[in-house]
Amino acid sequence: MLALEIPYWQLTIIKTAVVLSIIPVGALLLGYVFLLKMMAHMQSRMGPMEPGGFHGWFQLFGDAIKFIQKEDIIPSEADRRVFALAPLVVLVSTFLLYIVIPAGPRLVVQDLDVGIFYALAVSSLGVIGVLMAGWASANKFALMGSLRAAGQLIAYELPLILAVVGVVIQAGTMSLQGIVHAQADGAIFGLSWFGNPFIFTQLIGFAIFLAAAQAELTQTPFDMPVAESELVAGFMTEYSGFRFLFFFMAEFGTAFALSAIAATLYLGGWSLPGIEGTLADILGPVVLGAKVMLVAFLIFWIRFTFPRFREDQLQAFAWKILIPLSLVNIMATAAFKVFV
Amino acid sequence: MAVTDQQQIHYIASQAADIRLNVELQTEEMTLNLGPQHPATHGTLRVVAKLDGEQVVKADVVCGYMHRGYEKLVEVRTYPQINTLINRIDWLSSFANEVPFILAAEDLMEVEAPPRAQWIRTVFFELSRIANITLFIGEMGVQLGAITPVFFAFRDREHVLNLIEEATGGRFHPNFDRIGGLKDDLPRGWIAETKEAMRRIRGYCDELEDLLMGNEIFEARTRGVGVIPADIGLSYGLSGANIRASGVDWDLRRDAPSPLAWKELDWKVWTHPDGDSFARYWVRLQETREATKMVDQLLDGLPSGPIQAKVPRIIKVPAGEAWAHTENPLGEMGYYLVSQGGLGPFRCKIRSASFHNVSIAPWLLKGVYVPDIITILASLYFILGDIDR
Repeated sequence: MLALEIPYWQLTIIKTAVVLSIIPVGALLLGYVFLLKMMAHMQSRMGPMEPGGFHGWFQLFGDAIKFIQKEDIIPSEADRRVFALAPLVVLVSTFLLYIVIPAGPRLVVQDLDVGIFYALAVSSLGVIGVLMAGWASANKFALMGSLRAAGQLIAYELPLILAVVGVVIQAGTMSLQGIVHAQADGAIFGLSWFGNPFIFTQLIGFAIFLAAAQAELTQTPFDMPVAESELVAGFMTEYSGFRFLFFFMAEFGTAFALSAIAATLYLGGWSLPGIEGTLADILGPVVLGAKVMLVAFLIFWIRFTFPRFREDQLQAFAWKILIPLSLVNIMATAAFKVFV
Repeated sequence: MAVTDQQQIHYIASQAADIRLNVELQTEEMTLNLGPQHPATHGTLRVVAKLDGEQVVKADVVCGYMHRGYEKLVEVRTYPQINTLINRIDWLSSFANEVPFILAAEDLMEVEAPPRAQWIRTVFFELSRIANITLFIGEMGVQLGAITPVFFAFRDREHVLNLIEEATGGRFHPNFDRIGGLKDDLPRGWIAETKEAMRRIRGYCDELEDLLMGNEIFEARTRGVGVIPADIGLSYGLSGANIRASGVDWDLRRDAPSPLAWKELDWKVWTHPDGDSFARYWVRLQETREATKMVDQLLDGLPSGPIQAKVPRIIKVPAGEAWAHTENPLGEMGYYLVSQGGLGPFRCKIRSASFHNVSIAPWLLKGVYVPDIITILASLYFILGDIDR
């Protein structure tokens, strides 16, 4: 056991700094690995090769530097304060998500008893920022994009939560740390050496969670709000410079966070069979990171392959397929929990 | 017209179950300006759409932002110079633009290119069709949100462009056709390369059939969207794959007399009964595959002989009028030439396919949702240079 005795205020500063640094790191990691390289290789391209020397690893840093240098343009018709504030609101909702995600037995900013409930609640805060951005931009494309985003996020919040309910029933707790322990200590068909990652019992829930997360992230096939071939860039149309960078970071930061939540809920989070105690604290972030990349790979694979749904088809998919399916999943899980 | 309205009403009703609700709530209409600078308009087409929520009440298509006045410009140019100019009409299949013009001029001069030239013309005609339509097949995906297919399109089109460059010297604008023949014969080794490239394109078609056309979301987005009944399509002057997708079995390569070699090949005109966006995509994909087979046949049966008939050094076209049209990748393209015996034509009317093909858009866009505007415009497939000339 590491015996660290740090005053509360120092600990808080460290935790805040870690979370603040994880957002850009996660965004850069996903952006580089998936958006730049994996997409390029799927499309028989190389992607960036020059910046930084090795396979263009510096590309996104260069992009960020470029964005920061750009003029901060605010349209003359725009509602200046709201326009300026919107990217921050989106980024804050991403920031709040990371607070409850555990990366080790003790590596968590705050292990809330209602952890997953809290995470899903703050993840939908971002839509306020999106609405603000769309409304304040004084642009029809932005307005349509933000209204679509609002409609979509409301529709897909439900299957997301309902899919998670299955996990909560099975684990018997809403705390993310508790869910990880339930998976690490669980057993499936009497086999207990690798625990019981809920992906085996909650496969439907996992699929629904991924689809709904995809919609939350407004990624293809649910990217109606930013559909670039019709709405230019949706609610981001009027943004440039570092404000656009904030949106970009929030998008990929949220993708990272939702992948981490999916990994925690369904793949066992930081736990790895046979690793316990302090070693788990050290290896936990790596294990979680690997699982996050696995989930993110699925999300981005779908993103780069599918065309997008139309708005009405998208709503129909949520209300007519995902929600009934997740309700059935809850019923089945509850029945198993009670009778088996 | 009664039938038309009925179909239109039926279409709107099937598209929007909540139309009555909208009328009751009396929502405000919003005018949305798609273009002239917009990612989905392939350049500078402008669609002014009156929207009720996400539904189009009325859509106007404004073209002319890229009008270059070709019909006037050709009046002050000699025939060889005009050839360079008209390459730029439909810039994705430049060679196909040259052919009907040269045919019209040849008709007036009463010369005929030797058979080998005609066959090679046909080869390049079909190659430019492939170069054009492969791009459409991939680009349709981008318009619907699938970003990957277009990169495959660029990857495989490159092989065709390389072939064109190798033989003609120009990748996009070959400027290869001459009155009475061709600029050059085929380079050595070109035939084998072409066959290899055609094999690749067929593979690409198979790939896209799996990747995009077989996708449920793609079908959901395109089936039943933008339905053109055959009679409406004909009355708007649609041609090419757009009208064949409505079940009209009409292809100028087969149905019009032409000195080019299509009559001697074994091929099929593809039609589809549905007339929706999916049908248009399907027909174009089949046509691309058919074109690769045609190129293979052409190269197998290529006659030997000269590639240039005897024409005077300075081309003067005798007075008269001539009309020649061909089945270009985008549809029927024709030139009506009026000559008064000078170095250039007195008047030249260019009938380009896209101009007529987009003319149906206001009719077609009524009552659809905003995302369907993009689907419909993409499936009509126009090239801005072909609209505005």
